[in-house]
Amino acid sequence: MKNCEYQQIDPQALPTQTPPPPPLQEEKEEEEEEGGEKREEPRRPRRKWEVFPGKNRFYCDGRIIVARQGGVLPLTLGLILVTCGLFFVFDCPFLVKHLTSCIPFIGGGLFVFVVITLLQTSFTDPGILPRATPDEAAEIEKQIDTTGNSSYRPPPRTKEVVINQQVVKLKYCFTCKMFRPPRTSHCSLCDNCVERFDHHCPWVGNCVGKRNYRFFYTFIVSLSFLTAFIFGCVTTHLSLRAQGGKGLVFALQESPGSAVELVICFFSVWSILGLSGFHTYLVASNLTTNEDIKGSWSGKGGEDVTNPYSHKNIFINCCAVLCGPMPPSLIDRRGFLPSDESVQTASVDIELPTQATKSEINVTEED
Amino acid sequence: MAETHSLQDLRQQPAVAAKVFLQRDYTHGTMCQFQTKFPSELETRIDKQQFEETVRTLNNLYTEAEKLGSQSLIEGCLACLTAYTVFLCMETHYEKVLKKIAKFIQEQNDKIYAPRGLLLTDPIERGLRVYEAGSQTFQLVTTKSRVPETLYLD
Repeated sequence: MKNCEYQQIDPQALPTQTPPPPPLQEEKEEEEEEGGEKREEPRRPRRKWEVFPGKNRFYCDGRIIVARQGGVLPLTLGLILVTCGLFFVFDCPFLVKHLTSCIPFIGGGLFVFVVITLLQTSFTDPGILPRATPDEAAEIEKQIDTTGNSSYRPPPRTKEVVINQQVVKLKYCFTCKMFRPPRTSHCSLCDNCVERFDHHCPWVGNCVGKRNYRFFYTFIVSLSFLTAFIFGCVTTHLSLRAQGGKGLVFALQESPGSAVELVICFFSVWSILGLSGFHTYLVASNLTTNEDIKGSWSGKGGEDVTNPYSHKNIFINCCAVLCGPMPPSLIDRRGFLPSDESVQTASVDIELPTQATKSEINVTEED
Repeated sequence: MAETHSLQDLRQQPAVAAKVFLQRDYTHGTMCQFQTKFPSELETRIDKQQFEETVRTLNNLYTEAEKLGSQSLIEGCLACLTAYTVFLCMETHYEKVLKKIAKFIQEQNDKIYAPRGLLLTDPIERGLRVYEAGSQTFQLVTTKSRVPETLYLD
């Protein structure tokens, strides 16, 4: 696998996808011009999202982050909008007249809730860990390679730590050049290490991790309510219309939109309800989908393993996952690139020759 | 002659500041805590007690930020009820504590570390992975390791 290939950590390499820079004098120019167009323009300060190494796309000057592969987010949004649109057009008027006028308000409220949480899940940084700086990567490598052997061999891939009396293996990420913190996993679709990685959801077009798991959970729960609500309303609507011996076919002919809604809701309500139930279980036991699928804490092989992250109390687990403090984004998308390394190295460049010259003189004299 | 040669090399290489990295301490879970073990490289530069005190205060501040207290619970519930739109207009408890941490590190740098030629980097700039203490002074050390340990101004 490409990611497992061992490469020498070059502390001089920039943490971007550009190839390692040539000697210092050219490095300054290369850093400044990307694509050649900026050579004559005054240098504008660049934001960090512009040189982000993962496979993500950014909008609104770095405020919005999505995975490079949009997945089926447009389909998800489209289905929700179409179903709710049809609901308001075909079912609401009838139900308001024959039942209660609360129905469009409840439906509207749920709809707004679902769309907002969906967009937040899709556009929020899931908890991406920035890649190790060249210094850090070199330091880790130095610590691993204690034999002083000059020949290359891949560093050991795992490191063990004890968390709440449980031994946990931390894996070395060859792409991000660091040992992954516990519960962190590398998403190959986004090419990022994500903290508390749950899964990459194509329906929302983003990874689900530490920072957006609560949005994702609220989205699927509110979507289950919305789907169940619309399904219930459509069924009531059609059965009211079909009363008096008129039959279902007649009802469907009068309100064709309801047929479409019925089909969509019928097929999605089971999977969405199932997913909500599954994630409720995960929240209550403070597990991630990734851990559950791998069976990390299920005690396979007769070992006595328990989840070291669980608070051993369902209520506290739920609070911790859903209402806990909101961790900040670690990738600082909108920050500006450090007052250019090119400027710093330029000043170093000026200072060093004089020092070197002096030292050279000293050496020659001593010689 | 060998010395001249390595000094000339310096002109072509961007030099690397001597940095010491304190890793995270995961013994109590995924909460942000740093190891308080005093790195041997700093023995001649700073008092052990002083450094450990700094790290301990930092750990306490991070514990405060991530605490499941009443404030964060209220914040969380309110956010849930408003479909998390409050996060767009309100600064979270975590962010407030991060600002406190930044101020604390600045103070420590000004009062204690800068006079000794050291510079502490706020862990948030390194993705909360490591706590970095770097040297500010010029010093040339020639080694044969893969990682050139020549220093430059950070």
